[in-house]
Amino acid sequence: MTLDEIKVGETAKILKVNGQGALRKRLLDMGLTPKTLVTLQKLAPMGDPLEFTLRGYELTLRKADCAMVEVERL
Amino acid sequence: MRIALIGNQNCGKTTLFNQLTGSRQHVGNFPGVTVDKKEGPVRGEKDMTVVDLPGIYSLTPYSAEEVVTRDFLIDEKPDCILNILDATTLERNLYLTTQLMDLQMPMILALNMMDEVRHNGTNIDTARMEEELGFYVVPISASKNEGIAELIEKIKKTVGEPLRRRKYVEDDPGTLRREGGDFDPCRGSVHTAVHTIAHLIEDNAKRIKMPVRFAAVKLLENDELVRDKLALTDTQQDIVGHLVEQLEQELGTDREAAVVDMRYDFIEALCKAAVVTKGVNKNAARALKIDKVLTHRIWAIPIFLGIMGVIFWLTFGVIGAFLSDGFAALIDAFIGWVDGLLTSAQISEWLHSLICDGALTGIGSVLSFLPTIVLLFFFLSILEDSGYMARVAFVMDKLLRKIGLSGRSFVPMLIGFGCSVPAVMATRTLTSERDRKMTTLLVPFMSCSAKLTIYGVFTQAFFPPAARALVMISLYVIGMAVGILYGLVLKKTVFKGDPIPFVLELPAYRLPSAKSVLLHIWDKAKDFLVRAFTIIFLASLVIWFLQSFDLRFNWIGADADKDGSILATIGKFVAPVFSPLGFGDWRAVTALITGLSAKETVVSTLTILLGVGSTAELVSGGLAAMFTPFTAFCFLLFTLLYMPCVATMAAVRRETRSLRWAALAMLVQTGIAYLITLIVCQVGLLFGL
Repeated sequence: MTLDEIKVGETAKILKVNGQGALRKRLLDMGLTPKTLVTLQKLAPMGDPLEFTLRGYELTLRKADCAMVEVERL
Repeated sequence: MRIALIGNQNCGKTTLFNQLTGSRQHVGNFPGVTVDKKEGPVRGEKDMTVVDLPGIYSLTPYSAEEVVTRDFLIDEKPDCILNILDATTLERNLYLTTQLMDLQMPMILALNMMDEVRHNGTNIDTARMEEELGFYVVPISASKNEGIAELIEKIKKTVGEPLRRRKYVEDDPGTLRREGGDFDPCRGSVHTAVHTIAHLIEDNAKRIKMPVRFAAVKLLENDELVRDKLALTDTQQDIVGHLVEQLEQELGTDREAAVVDMRYDFIEALCKAAVVTKGVNKNAARALKIDKVLTHRIWAIPIFLGIMGVIFWLTFGVIGAFLSDGFAALIDAFIGWVDGLLTSAQISEWLHSLICDGALTGIGSVLSFLPTIVLLFFFLSILEDSGYMARVAFVMDKLLRKIGLSGRSFVPMLIGFGCSVPAVMATRTLTSERDRKMTTLLVPFMSCSAKLTIYGVFTQAFFPPAARALVMISLYVIGMAVGILYGLVLKKTVFKGDPIPFVLELPAYRLPSAKSVLLHIWDKAKDFLVRAFTIIFLASLVIWFLQSFDLRFNWIGADADKDGSILATIGKFVAPVFSPLGFGDWRAVTALITGLSAKETVVSTLTILLGVGSTAELVSGGLAAMFTPFTAFCFLLFTLLYMPCVATMAAVRRETRSLRWAALAMLVQTGIAYLITLIVCQVGLLFGL
């Protein structure tokens, strides 16, 4: 499953970051590396973007970008 | 001594810069990009200047800001890197630090927002961090001016004392310190690969004066810019390729992820050793509570619109009107005083007019923008500093994504409905060059409040009361629709390619400091005044000249816009071009030209040219001779869409840092206005309107 598929309040473990170039590098740079735990905090009022907590901080990502991140539910 | 100030977005970099310099800064720009480079002397320190670099998360080759920063560091070799970190999100902020460490330059860390960290019950052992990292780590609170003196002391120490003495093993590019120790950020297989590549390309890197370790890591990460600069031989490239392959096989991951992983592993180990968290993060808990309301599924958007409504009401209504009127009265009084003085001095009539009608009126009309700008940026900096602006971006992102922008562009566009000048100036806070440029292009399509004067006069003259509101609303909607279409076209053409993925941090809510808000206002006001007294002033003089002289350069009188003026001649000459749009009358065209100085001028010019005494007469009879209701609508349509006033043009030039770009943007916009009005008019005529 991918990061856009988890539910609010759920925590998932990152397995792999797909995509390439700027997009992938930016996701990695923000700390979305394999084995990192990510919790979905909430959705924006229009359902997108999503707000996560990881590594002790909050990060907002768009659904389309989240689809690049493969995760497994804990 | 030159200090480079670097940090993530939103970590308090600008606040620290202002504390260090007292905001006596010189703003330069990086060639080719719309990124400001602020440089200023450090207060009370001789020979120490600090350069404020763009807020970045990483040193990838993918964004203009990041490339600019790394090029600056490598090419200009500042004496010391001052890396500022938001200590409340230390792990993420340290990521950039590990990249800066690759540059092997003298560096010092400033841990900002330490007051909040303490308040949260967290303890950061800076001595331990110093020991592990090999450079000074100074706790500060930039907004409270705490720790700044110590920071400056430690900067001097860092520069005076070669890094070697802080146990830095300089001749070994593979280690930062403590060979084989626990806290070498470069470890395991990646360490071996970096080490080998470093030896391999040492000469190439030295030739172009690039730090060897940086070059090696970037090669490993597949950074094309660095690879091209290094000019590797085929053999070298083969070896690097081989090493990478080996590494990827060994780690079971790809090269980019491997390096990032290594960095975060190091950071985790470092934080485990130096950071002790006790209890809950109070600020985060508070933010969570506030966010429950401000980013609520249903209430978020009404609350945002409510806040913006109040800001607009105060800026353009109550306080704004009061200030603007007061200001205008002051300016008028001043002009009257000078007028009297000049009359008694009996200087020639044209010189008198040059001073009063040209120069002073020009400056006056520009200054009348000032209260609006000051008020708007007062509110905007409160929204920004409090952390609310990030929430707006979060809430509104989905709306703007379709045209290739992010939620951050929403506020500048909204301000466009008030006045394009501060709207364009507000694009400065956008995080990428692409978004800044694109937003400045779209802002003028949001119908500004000055145009409302024109709509008011025309709808009163041509439409029954019941239809007036509809006409006005349709104009606003058309403006937005054209803006959206323009955005879509731009996304497919000029701004093609992947935008940098949208990442946004929702910072903790903070009470804005008065100092920071005032500095921000001062910054914007100064910026605007400089332009007011240069480009906008010159433009007013040109328009005055065109209005007051005829083709033989004879003075035709202070009562401007007369039939024989150069401007009228130009208007007559150009008028036929506008016949297919429904308003080939030279007076209409001339009014559009004077409208460039400020949009509401369109009305006053028409009043003079039609020889009627007042706006009321214009409404009751004057205009009817020139337009039918339909062609009046066409005229309004063109007024809505054509190029913005001089003050906006100057702001666009300032923010995009390119005269060519600004000029092209204005031409294209006028082209769009022409085309759309042409189609509407011709289709309308076809249907017998």
